[in-house]
Amino acid sequence: MSWDEFFVTGDPLILASQIGIGLTMVGLIALITYLKRWKWLWSEWFTTVDHKKIGIMYVLAGVLMFFRGGVDGLLMKAQTSRPELDILDAQHYDEIFTTHGVIMILFMAMPLLIGIMNVVIPLQIGARDVAFPKLNAFSFWIFFAGAMLFNLSFVIGGSPDAGWTSYFPLAGKEFTPGVGNNYYALSLQIAGIGTLATGINFVVTIIKMRAPGMSWMKLPIFTWSAFITNIIIVAAFPILTVALLFMTLDRLFGTHFFTVAAGGDPMLWLNLFWLWGHPEVYIVVLPAFGMFSEVIATFARKNLYGYKSMVYAIAGIAFLSMLVWVHHFYTMGNSAAVNSIFSLTTMMIAIPTGVKIFNWLFTLRKGRIQFTTSMLWSLAFIPCFTIGGVTGVMLAMAAADYQYHNTMFLVAHFHYVLIPGVVFAVFAALYYWWPKMFGFKLNEKIGKWHFWLFVIGFNLTFMPMFFVGLDGMSRRMYTYAESTGWGAWLGFSAIGSLVMAAGFAALCYNIYWSFRYASRDVGNDPWNARTLEWSTASPAPHYNFAVVPEVETLDDFWYKKKKGETGLKKADLKPVHMPSNSWTPIVLAGAFGLVGFFLVFEWIPLAIIAAVGIVIGLVANTFDYDDGYHIPVDELEEEEREWRGDLE
Amino acid sequence: MTSHTTTPLEYNTEQSQMNILGFWVFLGAEIVLFSTLFASYFVLEHNTADGPAGQDIFILKDVLIETFILLTSSFTSGLAIHSMRNHDKKGLLIWMIVTLLLGAGFLYMEINEFIHYVHEGATIQTSGFTAAFFTLLGTHGAHVTFGIIWISLLLVQVYRRGITEKTSSKLFISSLYWHFLDVVWIFIFTFVYLKGMVM
Repeated sequence: MSWDEFFVTGDPLILASQIGIGLTMVGLIALITYLKRWKWLWSEWFTTVDHKKIGIMYVLAGVLMFFRGGVDGLLMKAQTSRPELDILDAQHYDEIFTTHGVIMILFMAMPLLIGIMNVVIPLQIGARDVAFPKLNAFSFWIFFAGAMLFNLSFVIGGSPDAGWTSYFPLAGKEFTPGVGNNYYALSLQIAGIGTLATGINFVVTIIKMRAPGMSWMKLPIFTWSAFITNIIIVAAFPILTVALLFMTLDRLFGTHFFTVAAGGDPMLWLNLFWLWGHPEVYIVVLPAFGMFSEVIATFARKNLYGYKSMVYAIAGIAFLSMLVWVHHFYTMGNSAAVNSIFSLTTMMIAIPTGVKIFNWLFTLRKGRIQFTTSMLWSLAFIPCFTIGGVTGVMLAMAAADYQYHNTMFLVAHFHYVLIPGVVFAVFAALYYWWPKMFGFKLNEKIGKWHFWLFVIGFNLTFMPMFFVGLDGMSRRMYTYAESTGWGAWLGFSAIGSLVMAAGFAALCYNIYWSFRYASRDVGNDPWNARTLEWSTASPAPHYNFAVVPEVETLDDFWYKKKKGETGLKKADLKPVHMPSNSWTPIVLAGAFGLVGFFLVFEWIPLAIIAAVGIVIGLVANTFDYDDGYHIPVDELEEEEREWRGDLE
Repeated sequence: MTSHTTTPLEYNTEQSQMNILGFWVFLGAEIVLFSTLFASYFVLEHNTADGPAGQDIFILKDVLIETFILLTSSFTSGLAIHSMRNHDKKGLLIWMIVTLLLGAGFLYMEINEFIHYVHEGATIQTSGFTAAFFTLLGTHGAHVTFGIIWISLLLVQVYRRGITEKTSSKLFISSLYWHFLDVVWIFIFTFVYLKGMVM
């Protein structure tokens, strides 16, 4: 293989990115060296097992990936803004919608949600960390290795270009001979290991580490939603593992899982992909429901309406999510009976979802609503998401779907579900939990700019897509003739995407502004909230709680505040056991990333050599008998006095 | 040391309890993984293209021996855990080593079986059927290989540190893993080999 096959050449956009990436890397390394921060980075971040720091790294990675996926989106919008433009050629457009989809789902939505779960769940259940802190660090680093491997594709080797669903036979070697789809199979496989480990970790954490007295029906609603989400992760991700394994074997080792000529079956890929892919939609949307529930209850100053029905609704959605996968390919040769069954199960999902919408509305009813930025996101979510949901029911009708299938109507629908459902939720959650993560609030005024620009831009971008879709425009078209009459709609849509981008820029500016100027005096409970995470300092101390709280009711902290029982008795302090930092997670993840990279280029001997790194990491790990350390009472007392004043 | 509590040693600390529960959840994920492999095998098992079908190449006698070897190893790993609970380090080591030797014997026979199939013209690249067959069997075999290496490393730890709260919970978890592989094999034996011979 020659150098110009290794690096992607011949495109000025990509050349600029290559130079940009190179300069940024050199600049970062120089800056860290100049500031003498390598040791600090290694001991405070790279080897940390603290769930809060891991959560922050997840959020950071998610925001970066949001930028990458967003630029992909803007490029597509630019290309289709007028008829017959040639900003991007067809091949480049294919690559960009593929990476946009994969990055937004797997490397933006997932890490942002898992990051917030990491920060919040142990604090909400009164625990000092997750069940397996070292595994948690491994989850993050292997996710990060997968994400970086995937992003490498557009400058080295070439991007995947068969769509985020990568249907066979198109995604097979015969029709897509480049390395792009190898990147797809291997980077998703690597990142998926991390997601599965996270799923196991949180299931055990929530079952075993709840504070004394916190029975299941006293569990905060966000933790409930995260618990069920993680069960779906454990149930669904192994299916993706197998599907990607088949894809890898087909592409790298010439097997015939999906090639018809030798007895394979491309429909097997579709079924496996969506058996994972549909639950995946609920993996990203259920925690978001939990976040909105917390924010709405807090800023309506009422307890959540219908808490128990919320729990049952989440469980119901999770169960149904496993039974609807065929609705992604009604048109691909199923019998009418099969389509009818999946049509019914799909429509049934609207029932528990409707329960949730009404519960939020009833929580708001007669509440004393405070229009904070995170509340605004939650309020905007309800109508926008409802549009997404209702168009979903339209698509669920198999007979009608023959008209909508693979049109822009579908694209508009799932953006109306995923952007309000996930992105608005993540924004609401960031504004809400930011003080707990960093010890200061994000600026509310800039926050409102962020909110209005993004929400208006979002509607302007995606509403026109419904109409061009109904007018027959299929998805993934890189250009169209003027006579179609779609130019005006898509022009509006392109302007909308710029407004959205301005909203994202406002968020970035807000983060910068707040880091520099925001007041550090926010107290432990800046929103007068309800759940346990607000009973400890902001930012939360590394041991989380000096004394593990005892819980009597749902929203225990709220009632303790009313009774004035939030103080800390000095006599209750005991040394706190903490896990030690570890280098194995990051080294292991690095080895996995390297193996993945070599396999992408089918350099099998090099991959085997790199795999030795994995073996060494695992062996070192099993012989590691580090028991952690204890924080003495004096130190706890000192840290607690800093924000509480005198102890009782 | 005699234990006065009713819970076995491997459940003594909260961390051990969480490790064991976590491993059960992991086995849940493994069940999904193997179910997917089985389901894909059932989809593809008759798609032999121009290659041989199952009944053309399977040698039931060898597979039966493999089955007995693996079932016996599950029994001996149970004996090893029984010794562990009696704080009998020597018994634990001996029975676990027997388990691993049986596992290695199983692997040896399975590799020979694969070589035989390749000679019969059934490689992983031959057809949809062989792809699904070798991947299902290969995933199981890779798990057995991983188990042998992993448990060997655990035995080194038991040898050095004795039967402690930590080593016992690790060994217990590895025995769960070993039994699980046995369960998977029973399904392979039934639904791949027996079904393949008669249908």
